[in-house]
Amino acid sequence: MNEELVRIEHLTTSFRIGDDYYAAVDDVSLTVRKNEILAIVGESGSGKSALAFSIMGLHTRARIEGSIFYGGQDIAHLPPSKLNRLRGNELGMIFQDPLSALNPLMVVGSQIDEVILLHHPKRSAKERKRSVIDLLEKVGIPRPEHTYGLFPHELSGGMRQRIVIAIAIANEPKLLIADEPTTALDVTIQLQILELIKRLKEDSGAGVVLITHDLGVVAEMADRVAVMYAGQIVEIADIYTLLSDARHPYTRSLLQSIPSAGAAKSKLHVIQGIVPSLQHLPRQGCRFRGRIPWIDEAAHEEQPTMHEIAPGHFVRCTCHKNFRFPNRKEEGARLAIT
Amino acid sequence: MWKTTARRMTIMVPQIVLLSILVFLLAKAMPGDALTGLLDPSIDPAALDEQRERLGLNNPWYVQYWDWAVKALHGDFGQSFRFKMPVSDLIGQRMTNTVWLSLLTLALTYLIAIPLGIISGRYHDTWADRAITGYTYLGFAAPLFIFALILLWVFGFHLGWFPTEGSVAPGTASGSLAYVMSKIYHILLPALSMALITTVTTVQYLRSEIIDTKQKDFIITARAKGASESRVYNRHILRNSLLPIAAFFGYEITGLIGGTVFIESIFSYPGMGQLFLSSISLRDFSVVTALVLLYGAASILGALLSDTILSFVDPRIRIK
Amino acid sequence: MPLLEVQDLKVHFPVRGGIFNRKLRSIKAVDGIRLAIEQGRTYGLVGESGSGKTTTGRAIIGLHPITSGTVLFEGQPIFGDGLRGHAGFRKDIQMIFQDPYSSLNPKKRVLDIVAEPLRNFEKLSAREEKRRVEQLLEQVGLSPETIHKYPHQFSGGQRQRIGIARAIALKPKLIIADEPVSALDVSVQAQVLNFLQEIQERLQLTYLFISHDLGIIRHMCDHIGIMYKGRYVEQGTTADIFENPQHIYTKRLITAIPDMDPSKRERLRQFRLAVKTEYEQAYDRYFDADGLAYPLRPVSATHLAALPEERG
Repeated sequence: MNEELVRIEHLTTSFRIGDDYYAAVDDVSLTVRKNEILAIVGESGSGKSALAFSIMGLHTRARIEGSIFYGGQDIAHLPPSKLNRLRGNELGMIFQDPLSALNPLMVVGSQIDEVILLHHPKRSAKERKRSVIDLLEKVGIPRPEHTYGLFPHELSGGMRQRIVIAIAIANEPKLLIADEPTTALDVTIQLQILELIKRLKEDSGAGVVLITHDLGVVAEMADRVAVMYAGQIVEIADIYTLLSDARHPYTRSLLQSIPSAGAAKSKLHVIQGIVPSLQHLPRQGCRFRGRIPWIDEAAHEEQPTMHEIAPGHFVRCTCHKNFRFPNRKEEGARLAIT
Repeated sequence: MWKTTARRMTIMVPQIVLLSILVFLLAKAMPGDALTGLLDPSIDPAALDEQRERLGLNNPWYVQYWDWAVKALHGDFGQSFRFKMPVSDLIGQRMTNTVWLSLLTLALTYLIAIPLGIISGRYHDTWADRAITGYTYLGFAAPLFIFALILLWVFGFHLGWFPTEGSVAPGTASGSLAYVMSKIYHILLPALSMALITTVTTVQYLRSEIIDTKQKDFIITARAKGASESRVYNRHILRNSLLPIAAFFGYEITGLIGGTVFIESIFSYPGMGQLFLSSISLRDFSVVTALVLLYGAASILGALLSDTILSFVDPRIRIK
Repeated sequence: MPLLEVQDLKVHFPVRGGIFNRKLRSIKAVDGIRLAIEQGRTYGLVGESGSGKTTTGRAIIGLHPITSGTVLFEGQPIFGDGLRGHAGFRKDIQMIFQDPYSSLNPKKRVLDIVAEPLRNFEKLSAREEKRRVEQLLEQVGLSPETIHKYPHQFSGGQRQRIGIARAIALKPKLIIADEPVSALDVSVQAQVLNFLQEIQERLQLTYLFISHDLGIIRHMCDHIGIMYKGRYVEQGTTADIFENPQHIYTKRLITAIPDMDPSKRERLRQFRLAVKTEYEQAYDRYFDADGLAYPLRPVSATHLAALPEERG
């Protein structure tokens, strides 16, 4: 259970804007273990998807620094030919929008077939077809023989996502990365897809990295959670700790801002200000500083680092100590914006 | 798919009828009629009128149109007053030349467009792409007839590499190998000069299709499967980008019609286009009418062809 | 008298095909919806994609032609089987759209976007207009200096506020909000939801709130209607729906809401499985031969559900 699968060390992924590089993922260190679901939570611009793409080596125009250790080698800087032996084979990925993730001009069966062919070129067409049908069955698609020859637009959103999942798990990957796998889907379908991912993980013992903005999904799925803000991880904990004893002000604010069953019609918590854009990130000091202005500057570390406050529970910066929300009244009166 | 094609074909019928009415009315609006050029001007006006009555030229326009349309359906477009022969025979002679010229132009167009478009799209923002894009802008800007004249002057007159007129060397026996070679030799320069200009649209189109497809999410899926860059290009990007180009094929025909009119005149190539221009300047209206009708029908057929190809290659359209 | 009353609303779209493009059949996007909203209340319309909830909202405001049925606004018909009665409704009913990125014209300044409804209905001098727009922006919590900026210079939440400023410019009585926060991040979502509640109190607004997110619906709404394939399966107060769901479809929808307590996972899984089994077994009883819901029958004074006959 606790066996390490992937170890990310000081990973920095930067994109070029104008003449400069800006880090979307900034010095992230993280491990993914076998047979666990690690959720990476954050809002848009937090760098969570950029992190997922970095692990898969899918950035074409980014500068990658640091290391991603998998199976004894650093895959962050592998030549394409070696990386291609891992991708689709030992590393599988599920995408957010199943319609655009599938080639519109290819029947879905061939799209699954392709990933098997790429990694098992010696298998006969007949064997591969058999595997594809089995996979379609495994991901819960009715009438697999018939579905094989359908085009993506002939399937519903939930069915398409099952095809994307079939592609990702075709070669029984050891690491499965799911990038917002249910954001484009209806609630009941979301549930089915999440159940499917969980079941596949349990059957194969793979490590799963689940990228999401939805704390509800996290609560349902994750074993451990990493919370990202502005390119950095601000808190890591197991799911129970995170939901009952979150420490970082950002994590606490996020948890406060979702509507809950008990408090209908009451005011939701609002985080002041907005997420700064990539070019305007404060690179010095605590990045969340500007959004909790009522906290004394001295509460922040000058160069915030991750502190292990309990075994397996890491929090960035010191501002979480003595953190409190401001008076509710005072906050609701003036909406903090611009 | 057959439904789509059948529907398109039913739409085509009224299109062609409408076209023929327009062409007919335009021809009617031209000064003079079939007798004006045919007869001696000193003839008695009463006799002329009698002739007109006999030929039905005094009937209301829709009766005349009906007679004309029925004849046209049987291939009878009347007489050319200049060549003193049936229009259909005249066009028949020229059509073969134009068809060969068009086919070679089409082939050259794609031979140039596909590699250039692929290089430009795949390596976009490199010097190669900039050079190709520069060429396409030049092609868009340069009028076809000036470009063709320059080629004719440089390679035809100045360097003397190619013949400057006709479709075959005089005196070669029809059917012999020398005849075929001479034919090819004669259409090479006109076809190339037309292809070099008309290809730029396709180059640009293919380039932007590739750049567009490159950024699609399913390309990321393909990379995540572990496909090599070359496979990503061949299997996913090129295939998906070339299909719309294939569908564009029918519309190329429309473009060719405009092109051959100029090219044939410049290279004095005896085809339909040259016939068209010279007939206009000599007011040989029965020929002009027949040619306009033919060109119009070809354009409509081209559009039909495009739609059919599109419904054939794109499954998303096929279903509807 | 309810502010908005919808009676037996039907919106059918023709499906054309064949060689001559004849009408083959029609899609019953909305098929007999009744609802009533009291002034100052929030009515939630819930359903999955294809349920017809968005079409219902759009039909009320006149963006889709109504096939049959009546929409009464302040007791007067606004579209009675295609006839127009109430002329002022265009001012009184406004809409907020889902996607703040595509519902604002990128080439227009904030001033022009927010002033657009004013220009259509009120003749104001340029100076008055500017002052009104500045006031409106202040009301939605944007600084008045942003008046000359373009939509792309704002964040998602701010853009949605611009959309809201435009919607409240004419002091409407009813706002139809179609998935107003589903394109936004959690924290921004909270901002917009709070703000919608705030202006509701201040301006005495009535909301028709369309969403697929039951968590948000529960947070915002007094009454809820659950749609499935163009028909209602259940309607009632928020408490009726969440605490005493009657229809198997509603139950399934509610159990699918993610739960924030990870220790309940296994129990929840069992429960969902039981509901799913019940759903599959009872499907034929709860839906007719075409897979559509039966007519609503009363469960209590406020609560209606599309229950099969033999139960009633």
